[in-house]
Amino acid sequence: MIIKGKVHKFTDDINTDDIIAAKYLVSTDAQELGKHCMETVSPNFSSAVSPGDIIIAGNNFGCGSSREHAPLAIKGCGISAVIAKSFAAIFFRNAINIGLPFLESADVDKINEGDLIEVDLSTGVIKNITQNQNYKTQAFPEFLQEIVGSGGLINWVKKTTKSR
Amino acid sequence: MGYTIAEKILLKHSGQKTIKPGEFIEASIDVALANDITAPLAISEFKKSGFKQVFNKNKIVLVPDHFAPAKDLKSANQCKILADFAKEQGIKNYFEIGQMGIEHALLPEKGIVLPGDLVIGADSHTCTYGALGAYATGMGSTDLARAYIDGKCWLKVPATLKFIYRGKLNKWVGGKDLILFTIGQIGVDGALYKVMEFCGPVIKKLGMDDRFSICNMAIEAGARAGLIAPDAITKKFVAGFKRKSKFYQSDPDAVYEKTYEWDISKLEPLVACPHLPSNVKPVSSLKDIKVDQVVIGSCTNGRISDLRIAASLLKGKKAAPGVKLIIFPATQKIYLQAVKEGLAEIFVKAGGVFSTPTCGPCLGGHMGILAEGEVAIATTNRNFLGRMGSPKSFVYLSNPAVAAASAITGSITHPDKIRKGRFSN
Repeated sequence: MIIKGKVHKFTDDINTDDIIAAKYLVSTDAQELGKHCMETVSPNFSSAVSPGDIIIAGNNFGCGSSREHAPLAIKGCGISAVIAKSFAAIFFRNAINIGLPFLESADVDKINEGDLIEVDLSTGVIKNITQNQNYKTQAFPEFLQEIVGSGGLINWVKKTTKSR
Repeated sequence: MGYTIAEKILLKHSGQKTIKPGEFIEASIDVALANDITAPLAISEFKKSGFKQVFNKNKIVLVPDHFAPAKDLKSANQCKILADFAKEQGIKNYFEIGQMGIEHALLPEKGIVLPGDLVIGADSHTCTYGALGAYATGMGSTDLARAYIDGKCWLKVPATLKFIYRGKLNKWVGGKDLILFTIGQIGVDGALYKVMEFCGPVIKKLGMDDRFSICNMAIEAGARAGLIAPDAITKKFVAGFKRKSKFYQSDPDAVYEKTYEWDISKLEPLVACPHLPSNVKPVSSLKDIKVDQVVIGSCTNGRISDLRIAASLLKGKKAAPGVKLIIFPATQKIYLQAVKEGLAEIFVKAGGVFSTPTCGPCLGGHMGILAEGEVAIATTNRNFLGRMGSPKSFVYLSNPAVAAASAITGSITHPDKIRKGRFSN
């Protein structure tokens, strides 16, 4: 799966209250949640996103709450993938389960806000088109690729339940 | 080669013959928990999947505690989704307001989670039940929807970090301070994707309330779970419950990725300052920090011993002018006990609000949201920017003694400064 988009860059420890504040957890609609994505730390974020854009972040992205509304809000505002130095565990699971593509990369410091990048999720190669640089990271574990490839956890369960 | 307690529990529930950190397993769960903000998504995913009946109506728990009693129309609709689903599926572990409590205090109280269980919850503080020697881990709504279908979840087996606490606890220093100390030492991702195993002579002397406080905040260091091996204290706590517990211990030759060992004898009460739980400072180093609100409660510190500590300081005193003091007993049982023991009277006479159980302001829900510029000290577990309300408000985290002392003086205060009967404000 290949994803291409403009970069929006964030720091370490972006938490789930940053991604979607608790007051919005009265909706489960991705588009509705997307309007308020990153509101606390970047007030005009959702209007600055063009569909297909990519979030780049530091360590521990998505720390805090288990709210699945967090990756939903990210997907809902048009972001196509998240690349971070490391992910918080529950956010990691939620992103897989709802089919939000993401990658861990140690090279995020080299990528700048506004860069145009292209990401190959199955090989882990990131092409920085703006800076004419390539970075290689580890591709996903196969088991998790299977879930994302099925379009999320429930689809994977339905598929594999039939064959069990 | 031996296993840690976490590995033993995961092994048992995986149906495999061996287990090792890093591997993916499919595990059968004992308890699947969700609340009013996470269950609606789980229920809608379950219904969209086409499966009609939950895998086992006795293993599913639904607790409306976050925005309940329903704080507005949308929250009321979310709470109703839980009530309707419980009725439709015959789920008996659904707790309406008036029976419910804050989920992570309610479930142990009711004997719904027991030592040796594998518990998944659509709430990050599900790790609280590790204090019982259960493997309890937070996950998202879709994971719960999947569990509703077949009672399973996928897990990547974490490595275990060992934390040994030695020495003697000073007055006013308890479980909350130990976990704040730990997070301050290792950082908010210091246990990322690991199990934290808390042990040592200090832990062994702690009662269950303090143990729950410690395990509750394992997530704040990034951990998948936080466990305390069951002992005589645990066994006494679960003695009356019908379902059988399984008491696992780590093998003497279990492998830990890293061991931390600390003598905590010099610790004074600690405070996590805005805006991270790891921004920990000794209370006596914080001078002239005025507070507008004090919150005593939550799944971290809303149990009876927490309320007793707060009441011991607030007895005969009043909250300082301008300080909003709000107290949340975590369950109805605790609420009644607080009334019986005269604690509720102490709180109300001190000018405090004694509330029905709810998560309320902890996550900026209701029952005490902070306005722009306001400062709160709370016995809750998270102080990210805007956590309790305005993105321009500030939250400090502490144990109940520091919170109560701060309510009396109006600024962050060491409990030693409150002398019985003689402090006047």
